[in-house]
Amino acid sequence: MEAVIKKIKTRNPNEMIINIGPQHPSTHGVARLVTRLDGERAVKIEPVIGYLHRGIEKLAENRNYVQFLPITDRLDYVSSITNNMVYVQAVEEILGIDVPERAEYIRIIMLELQRLASHLLFVGTFGADVGAWTVLMYGFRERERILDLLEMVTGQRLLYTYIWFGGVRYDLPEGFVEQCRKTVDALPSYFDDYEEYFYNNEVFLGRCRGIGILKKKDAINMGVTGPNLRACGVEYDIRKIDPYSIYDRFDFKVCTQKEGDTLARFNVRMAEMRESVKIIQQALDNLPEGDYKANTPKFLKPPQGEVYSRVESPRGELAVHLISDGVNRNPYRLKIRSPAFCNLSAFPAFAEGDIIPDVIVNFASIDIVLGEIDR
Amino acid sequence: MTAESKPETKPEMKSDILDEIDSKLKGVITDSKVQRERRLVITIDGKDIVKVCQTLFDMGFDHLSNISGVEYEDRFESVYHIWSYSNKNLVTVKAVLPKKEPEKQPEIDSVTSIWRSANWHERETYDLMGIRYKGHPNLTRILNPDDFEGHPLRKSFKLVENPWYDEK
Repeated sequence: MEAVIKKIKTRNPNEMIINIGPQHPSTHGVARLVTRLDGERAVKIEPVIGYLHRGIEKLAENRNYVQFLPITDRLDYVSSITNNMVYVQAVEEILGIDVPERAEYIRIIMLELQRLASHLLFVGTFGADVGAWTVLMYGFRERERILDLLEMVTGQRLLYTYIWFGGVRYDLPEGFVEQCRKTVDALPSYFDDYEEYFYNNEVFLGRCRGIGILKKKDAINMGVTGPNLRACGVEYDIRKIDPYSIYDRFDFKVCTQKEGDTLARFNVRMAEMRESVKIIQQALDNLPEGDYKANTPKFLKPPQGEVYSRVESPRGELAVHLISDGVNRNPYRLKIRSPAFCNLSAFPAFAEGDIIPDVIVNFASIDIVLGEIDR
Repeated sequence: MTAESKPETKPEMKSDILDEIDSKLKGVITDSKVQRERRLVITIDGKDIVKVCQTLFDMGFDHLSNISGVEYEDRFESVYHIWSYSNKNLVTVKAVLPKKEPEKQPEIDSVTSIWRSANWHERETYDLMGIRYKGHPNLTRILNPDDFEGHPLRKSFKLVENPWYDEK
């Protein structure tokens, strides 16, 4: 860490080094940006991470397949169900488990509710980082309703461990479908409100438009995925292009923007929430009766195999590289490809050269979660 | 879900891409197989990695999704997962690094000159698995502190269970 400071130290008396973070409201956790300033302009930015490193990949090798599932919740703690999904999907692929129809639909509903919750949190906190504090409360208000739904099903508000090998852990409770439909149907009118607040606000637009432009070619080369990539005009959504679960049965569109600036990244997420609502409505309409879980053994012992399974998390391409040696009940090797890690690695490339307040806005717009970056 | 149970409407891995990779990298690939649709796994020797990656990059494999280091009893593997936005296939390249002296760090050429996203992935693999990437612009630890000793994901690195109570 200290080597980082040493490396970018300079003799130029006009330049100075400041640390943004690790404890700073705008870092959304414990990340540090070692920033070299010339006046108010950030000439060089070096993200320093690892403050929340818990050695989750090593823990995986020391726990059996079932024991590791609750730990996946702790990766990206604002979209836990997505993490459950990617791990369970990898294990299922090695084991060759078939998932019942009803379970697949429940999974889709929960995944999309989770995406809504995550994006609403982004909208709120992004507003706060830009200075539009009112919207923070609105974002949290709607997220609360979605958390109520998730709590209704799982009994938890943050770390659900809901998706299980071969299905989901519990069936939907009585009255959930009606409640969910009621909440979800009401959401688009709230999104209209947000758009009114944001897009009629000259200050907000002024702070976001044209800031932190990321070019399409650079974004691909630097491994940026998710809404940040779609904001550069690349139509890439794993749900659509390499569908997993039953996403190929749903009608939704991949939201893209051309500009690649901070505002575009915000717009993509706003548009994606509407698509999520559509997916949930379709899933509720077609929700079949039947089993919510396949008959899987309590102790899993997958055969020898290796798999790379990917899902589209709210932050981008979340993947697990899982190797089973067929002898032990523990994963032989488990590597998590976290989207926020790769998005953050590209951050200096488009934030350098901006003034300090713009660096903060840029940093907020890539929507990182430190639990997932540090693992 | 297994590969068989997925709907048949999805395209299989196009054989011409497989043939193209095979013909361009003749003699370099030691093993190759199609895992399931759109998934190809090739095994190569560690010293050929830049040549293979450059060839794949020129064929349109423009997104380096992940690099992971794996330790086996007799070898290390640096595994690259590469996706193509244009032809929509995922190629897994396994670069084999023989384990001569158990505690010595194996070396492989860096691919940061091809994909800039490799930068942090390689730093992470160096930090946790102890594989040295030659030609990397800044090969330092990323998740662990600089003064950390050892590489946690090595099989020789044992976790110590601390009792939660005070033993005294």
